[in-house]
Amino acid sequence: MISNDVKILAIESSCDETAAAVVVNGRDVKSNVISTQIPLHTLYGGVVPEIASRKHTERINQVVKEALAKADTSLDEIDAIAVTYGPGLVGALLVGVAEAKAIAFAKKKPLVGVHHIEGHISANYIENKDLKPPFLCLVVSGGHTHLVHVKDYGKYEILGRTRDDAAGEAFDKVARAIGLGYPGGPKIEQKAKEGNPEAIHFTRPKVDDGIYDFSFSGLKSAVLNYLNKAQMTGAEVSEADVAASFQKAVIDSLVDHAAMAIDEFGMDKFAIAGGVASNQTLRAAFEKMCESKDVEFYHPSPILCTDNAAMIGAAGYYEYIAGHRDSWDLNAVPNLKLGER
Amino acid sequence: MRLLAIDGSGLVASIAIVEDDILLGEYTTGYKKTHSQTLLPMIDEVTRMLELDIDTVDAIAVAAGPGSFTGLRIASATAKGIGLALDKPIISVPTVDALAYNIWGCHDVICPIMDARRGQVYTGLYTFSEKNNFEIIKEQCAIGFEEIAQCINEVGKPVVFLGDGVPVFENQIKDLIKADYSFAPAGFNRQRASAVAVLGQRMYDAGLFENADDHRPEYLRLSQAERERQEKGL
Repeated sequence: MISNDVKILAIESSCDETAAAVVVNGRDVKSNVISTQIPLHTLYGGVVPEIASRKHTERINQVVKEALAKADTSLDEIDAIAVTYGPGLVGALLVGVAEAKAIAFAKKKPLVGVHHIEGHISANYIENKDLKPPFLCLVVSGGHTHLVHVKDYGKYEILGRTRDDAAGEAFDKVARAIGLGYPGGPKIEQKAKEGNPEAIHFTRPKVDDGIYDFSFSGLKSAVLNYLNKAQMTGAEVSEADVAASFQKAVIDSLVDHAAMAIDEFGMDKFAIAGGVASNQTLRAAFEKMCESKDVEFYHPSPILCTDNAAMIGAAGYYEYIAGHRDSWDLNAVPNLKLGER
Repeated sequence: MRLLAIDGSGLVASIAIVEDDILLGEYTTGYKKTHSQTLLPMIDEVTRMLELDIDTVDAIAVAAGPGSFTGLRIASATAKGIGLALDKPIISVPTVDALAYNIWGCHDVICPIMDARRGQVYTGLYTFSEKNNFEIIKEQCAIGFEEIAQCINEVGKPVVFLGDGVPVFENQIKDLIKADYSFAPAGFNRQRASAVAVLGQRMYDAGLFENADDHRPEYLRLSQAERERQEKGL
């Protein structure tokens, strides 16, 4: 029997997770293997690019093999290889790109380069079979904060982005400042549960000349100033209150921007994506806002929010059926823009 | 036996296909493009020219290091991907040994030098015996130029230099080397994958090969973050 299904092997190595997945028709995940390096980078308080690149090289074959085995398939049954080629850490990206190209070349399979953010957005397709563009999507992670109008598969308009720190980066920096360690997102979220989000009012960041753009470095500085001042006056600091108030300031800023865009573009579907999208408080805030506007709210499970290859397989599928193919000179592009090829 | 050889350790990108004692094809470029843009297209070009299916190679020899960290990884990941796809073993050939092998039959002391930055070179000392056996006098390492210069002076024989470190350390060579010295010319003085293949074949015959999954580059150096952590005694 000839099947029209498209089975994609996807590879992702843009930061500190070595990942591979097998995805059928962009939405049916047969396997999703992630080898995380977080414990290794925790020693250094953040991702060390050279160490990340070395680990990817050591782990990549095992991860790809495990993804094929868990999907109970072989390379012969794969229709195309999809790989993240940007944005991300160049040395880390290059490992996945070289591996994907070599496999595709050796097995004579088509190669499809995928944008990492496009992957995060597409993670929403996996568990929401009914979700189709157009919709609005907020991508929030350690490296990215993008408010995106998804016009069609593979067609994006970036409405707003961060002017300085990504939201997740601000979480990491504040977590370090109050001694919670790395990775900051989950640590702040945990600590914030014990605190009062209204205890300290940190000014909500605004960007004057771009209504949808974000800025988080000012907020981070406000937290640092608050801590310094408390230290100088000997005032007692509640880490939980700082965490909760900071988190609320970030979420308010994200929700306000999204709500404004939903109104302006008359959207009836809104999605979140990226590592920070697994923050439960953030999800609840978006859920509430969407409910008040009668907008359908979508979000991936935490395992699909973190960097993973299933999302690359989902995005890769839509690039593949749109006819996009890459050649053997595909390079890593660390500052790749969304929607560019 | 048919070998695919890949060298991305330096500025030069080189790939070769060697069958027993015949070089079927070799492609070497010294251009500003990254190895990500050169190595695989070169393999594709050579295999097409030779009308050779990549599945027919028996093993992949890769210049495993030392060298540019990123370049080594592109070459290694390319070898690992092909190895995974076609279930072929990888032979990790020491980069500096392969550089020295470029001047086969040379009875002088052969000293490849690659610029390792931070005032160091990746280097080693080699020669070919009267019967043209390849002899390693000093194994590949990352050391200061002064240190290798002292070793060369202790050996006290004529020496031939090659590698991308030559233009960088030309003055130090002039100042520090007491023996007669010469420089290998173009075609002999940079990485060539055919030399990696020939040494790879010898290693394979000696049982020195590994599963593609286990292969990793030999950097000869820790990352800067690890080094700094070590210096702090952590």
